[in-house]
Amino acid sequence: MQSIIEIKHLFYRYEKDTVLENINLSIPDGSFLAIVGPNGSGKSTLLKLILGLLKPQKGEIFLFGQEISKFKAWQQIGYVSQKANSFNTGFPATVFEVVASGLTKKLGMFKFFKKEHSRIVLDALDAVGMKNFHNRNIGELSGGQQQRVFIARALVSEPKLLILDEPTVGVDAENVNAFYQMLNDLNKNRGITLLLVTHDIGTISDKVTHVACLNKNMHFHGETSEFEQLKKEDMSKVYGHDVHLIAHNHDHGGVLK
Amino acid sequence: MIQGIFHYEFLQNAFLTGILIGILAPLLGVFIVVRRLSLIADALSHVTLAGIAASLLLERNVAALAGLNPLYLGMVFSVGGSLFIEKLRGVYKHYQELAIPIILSSGIGLGVIFISLANGFNTDLFSYLFGSVSAVSRTDLLVIFIISILVITVIILLYKELFLLSFDEEHAKASGIAAKSIHFIFIVMVALVIAASMRIVGILLVSSLMTLPVAASIRLAKGFKQTIFLSVLFGEISVLGGLFTAYYLDLAPGGTIVMLAVLILVIAIFYKKLIIKKHVLSEVESSER
Ligand SMILES: Nc1ncnc2c1ncn2[C@@H]1O[C@H](COP(=O)(O)OP(=O)(O)O)[C@@H](O)[C@H]1O
Ligand SMILES: [Mg+2]
Repeated sequence: MQSIIEIKHLFYRYEKDTVLENINLSIPDGSFLAIVGPNGSGKSTLLKLILGLLKPQKGEIFLFGQEISKFKAWQQIGYVSQKANSFNTGFPATVFEVVASGLTKKLGMFKFFKKEHSRIVLDALDAVGMKNFHNRNIGELSGGQQQRVFIARALVSEPKLLILDEPTVGVDAENVNAFYQMLNDLNKNRGITLLLVTHDIGTISDKVTHVACLNKNMHFHGETSEFEQLKKEDMSKVYGHDVHLIAHNHDHGGVLK
Repeated sequence: MIQGIFHYEFLQNAFLTGILIGILAPLLGVFIVVRRLSLIADALSHVTLAGIAASLLLERNVAALAGLNPLYLGMVFSVGGSLFIEKLRGVYKHYQELAIPIILSSGIGLGVIFISLANGFNTDLFSYLFGSVSAVSRTDLLVIFIISILVITVIILLYKELFLLSFDEEHAKASGIAAKSIHFIFIVMVALVIAASMRIVGILLVSSLMTLPVAASIRLAKGFKQTIFLSVLFGEISVLGGLFTAYYLDLAPGGTIVMLAVLILVIAIFYKKLIIKKHVLSEVESSER
């Protein structure tokens, strides 16, 4: 199976403290990976590195087999940022307009929206169960509905990979399950690879195919055998049985400075 | 009055310019307001004032520059000021709003120095501060017409990029559009429109024409395109109505235009409240049935 994302020996720091240390990660095509970790553990930073918004001090990132600095096909990657639900809620735009804005890069400069783009927009809204809301102002929706709209915005450029940073923060508890079911459908029915940062480990257990724990290092506490054991015992209890941890920390916790 | 428009060239100039400004200022104003950059218009208008004062000073002291249209130097200062704001926003990444008072006070400071060097206020300067029906020349009209064509073309061509940038700057950058260049083009256009508007509205009130019609239309509009449409409509009503009133009552048009815009805003707020109330009442009614 081809790796959609391949990260090797990645290091990152903003100022003097290292935020990410020797990250190794490989995300297979079609998978649904959840990254978990405490606040400030570098999850959002890792996503921004993958999206090319930050440049690593050391290490390599390959997207669709290509070195990130040479990668051009950004429309293949959809991104729903952690801040998506803290946008200016008074912004006077309809759901349709917001989702259509996802086509901006794909259409290119000096090109206009046409009839056929309306269909793409409505189709994306359909996929996230928000078609009936297309004519509402975005500020009139609940947090969870807004989050679905942002996913639809990411879907219009028909990405192969969708990256979501804590998408359920503004979603009511009773709607979280339906939200993950919707993500599951995107993964299964549309074959979109999903990379998700979340705290809802319990809820996602039966949906995700892979889990990675991040806390500066990407790690599983100890030896591979221990990790295998962990995977067999604890993980099957906590996360459901068809879940495997991925990440290859070749140095087994050895600190690199 | 209507006959006056046909008879007097200065009235033609004022009204045609007014029509153009009534489109441009609220059109750019929509993007400024939703990006919470309303104060940029204020800062740039004060920088423009410094440019105009400088121009009046030069005109008085350098024989070769007699008759120089202050619009040009006003535009140069305004665009220069917009570039400074961008630079400062880069320097103070976490206090981006600091750039605005810095530029605003620099503009006032420079303006005051130039004005006092030119031996204080005169009627010319007064008309730049508060607008004037009679001061608009054919050259002014021509320059403003060219700016209008330029600005409207750019807005149409870059509409979807500007929308994305306004709605979600981070996403715009992540999606790989040339966010920096587009923002730069936008801010230069704002500077040009501010310089162009001063003849009619006056420097001190330019920013109100960019923000008040937008504030009213945001209350009522559904979606972004409708917000633009209503803003331009309200702006146009304010400018034309204000010019008529100013001409009849012999007032500075800046004041009448802005007060009309305020009136529209108040009506919009009450109208919205009324709609909500009606909505609630009819829902109560239907649930009682
Ligand atoms: N722009 C920034 N400048 C400096 N430090 C930052 C910046 N963004 C994040 N950090 C720091 O990097 C660490 C990881 O942050 P982040 O990736 O946002 O964590 P998470 O998403 O896991 O909560 C935190 O200690 C945070 O304080
Ligand atoms: Mg985060």
